[in-house]
Amino acid sequence: MTARIYVPNDTGARSVGADDVAETIHQMIRTHSLDAVVVRNGSRGAYWLEPLIEVDSVDGRVGFAAVTPETAASLFESGTMPSVSHPLSIGLVESLPWLRDQQRLMFSRVGIIDPLSLDDYRAHGGLSGLEQALTLGPQAIVTEIKTSGLRGRGGAAFPAGIKWQTVHDTVADQKYIVCNADEGDSGTFADRLLMDADPFQLIEGMVIAAIAVSATAGYIYLRSEYPHTIRIIERALVLARDAGIIGTSVLGSAHAFDITLRVGGGSYICGEETALLESLEGKRGVVRAKPPLPALAGLFGKPTVVNNVLTLAATTAILARGGAHYAGLGLDRSTGTMPFQLGGNVKRGGLVEVAFGISLAELVVGFGGGTRSDRPIKAIQVGGPLGAYLPASQWQTPLGYEAFAAVGAMLGHGGVVVFDDTVDMGEQAEFAMAFCAHESCGKCTPCRIGSTRGVEVIGRLRRGEASEKNWQLLDELCETMELGSLCALGGLTPMPVRSIMAHFAGDLLSSAPSRAPGEVTV
Amino acid sequence: MSEADDAEALQALLADSPTTAEHLLPLLQRVQQHFGFVSPMVIRQVSAAFNLSRAEVYGVVSFYGDLRESPVGEHVVQLCMAEACQAVGCRALARHAEATLGVALGGSTQDGRVHLEAAFCFGNCALGPTVRIGDRVHGAVSEARFDALMASLPTRR
Repeated sequence: MTARIYVPNDTGARSVGADDVAETIHQMIRTHSLDAVVVRNGSRGAYWLEPLIEVDSVDGRVGFAAVTPETAASLFESGTMPSVSHPLSIGLVESLPWLRDQQRLMFSRVGIIDPLSLDDYRAHGGLSGLEQALTLGPQAIVTEIKTSGLRGRGGAAFPAGIKWQTVHDTVADQKYIVCNADEGDSGTFADRLLMDADPFQLIEGMVIAAIAVSATAGYIYLRSEYPHTIRIIERALVLARDAGIIGTSVLGSAHAFDITLRVGGGSYICGEETALLESLEGKRGVVRAKPPLPALAGLFGKPTVVNNVLTLAATTAILARGGAHYAGLGLDRSTGTMPFQLGGNVKRGGLVEVAFGISLAELVVGFGGGTRSDRPIKAIQVGGPLGAYLPASQWQTPLGYEAFAAVGAMLGHGGVVVFDDTVDMGEQAEFAMAFCAHESCGKCTPCRIGSTRGVEVIGRLRRGEASEKNWQLLDELCETMELGSLCALGGLTPMPVRSIMAHFAGDLLSSAPSRAPGEVTV
Repeated sequence: MSEADDAEALQALLADSPTTAEHLLPLLQRVQQHFGFVSPMVIRQVSAAFNLSRAEVYGVVSFYGDLRESPVGEHVVQLCMAEACQAVGCRALARHAEATLGVALGGSTQDGRVHLEAAFCFGNCALGPTVRIGDRVHGAVSEARFDALMASLPTRR
């Protein structure tokens, strides 16, 4: 039988040379006349091991970590397929504690299948959720999602079933499904990995949503910063259409649903759902006031489900296994699993999907192995640029929406960024405001002007100017932004700033750095 | 390219695009890709084709960071300057890039070869610092790797 050699083809693996490694392996196959083919799988999300090459064995897939074009040649130096005895071998990939200890539902296929093979997708359980949905019908699907307790994975954690019910119950000549794939939060890459490595799951989730609410048209709004992902999704849509998963008759049923891919324009605020809808309509990505809710009057004024990539993907497993199974996982009202993304200064960074409830320390130290620099951790930012920086005293907090809210933090989209003790938290506070100023859509004053004033006030604090007065001013400014902003950008930018005021005040008050041009980034 | 060539290329792009408002951003993205920027001439003609005011089209052009109002260096080199890359030294990498290229973030080198700018997140947060050059995303970019990437850029056509 022809042997398979798996070389990941996702953005992350490619960024550290997977394409060159694949090329070398192709040459080795020719040189040694091996009966083997290269399969470009997606990444397993174990980024510290990339490029992670795998080969089949009788016991399962054997991995070879951090392969370079040079070491790729050495894997084949005996003229045979690489074996578990090679120094780069990490043994059976699925026995790695880092993978074995996860509870992968949404990410169960990533890294295992060829992302653009529908045969692989079906062989690993794909489309069973959609098939179930077609037998259930609209209201029963919505009920299943409500039973699951699934909450929006984009950051706001709004119950998905309630949103779907609203759109389901609204009578209109046209309804839309919009997938928010504008994953702009720094430290987050779960949407990107899912789309790179298992794109049909997103498409299947969108079709399920469409049947649930009787929508016939869908859009994926994908950020331009993901060029490889754009190509994968383009191709996946063509394949899905050819296979009748989308189009005039979904899997031979009476349901029609098609999906259009739209690429963003490099604007962070377009990840906010109403700004995203404006952008899809061809306008500036300016936030809309709510009400009306998009569920009632969304894209082109029609009832619209706007869900994040992971939310839509999660519905496939919920339909396949039942809402009650999903609800049985997790912590209180944080049901199911959450794909956390370990990034920044961390030794074993990557995608960690676990049920809610483990502590931040278990995630960062247990899975992550501490810092890449081997220095002590100083702060962990959770939830992207609008999330809090947590000090050591909060690292035992269980990962759940409510538990994080209770300590003035949020999970957001599940991004976890680790900083060692060389970080200047005053600089991070100033960046939080600078980022908001850079990305503000400009519609509301607290965000548009407050963020710029925030940069100035933090700058004065860092230079040691009138500390007491400026500290109070910053506190009041944060309150104004929190209470007066139209959307989460202005409303949550104070969260990282306040966490630094509360836990890292020394950095904010003492430092008087001399700054080089590169440090002012926006 | 001459002005006549440009006008012809624009007409071809317009001919391929529906002219309802929702198609404006995708069209402008193709214009950006083809010309490297969106000129006042383009804004005039696109507004006429879409039956929008020039202000409306300019509003869209000026809102989206990907759409440029003037030409920049041949190779666009974007350094991720967001938090996950900050945690692994992107600020120092940016200083190195500025010093070796002799240009500040947001500027193009004098020979027009490189445009250097900040960007925020390529979804490669476990493998930073991350740099995007054209449509390629590079991870774990040390100063030495950055220099090698710059040296390997194809020279001007």
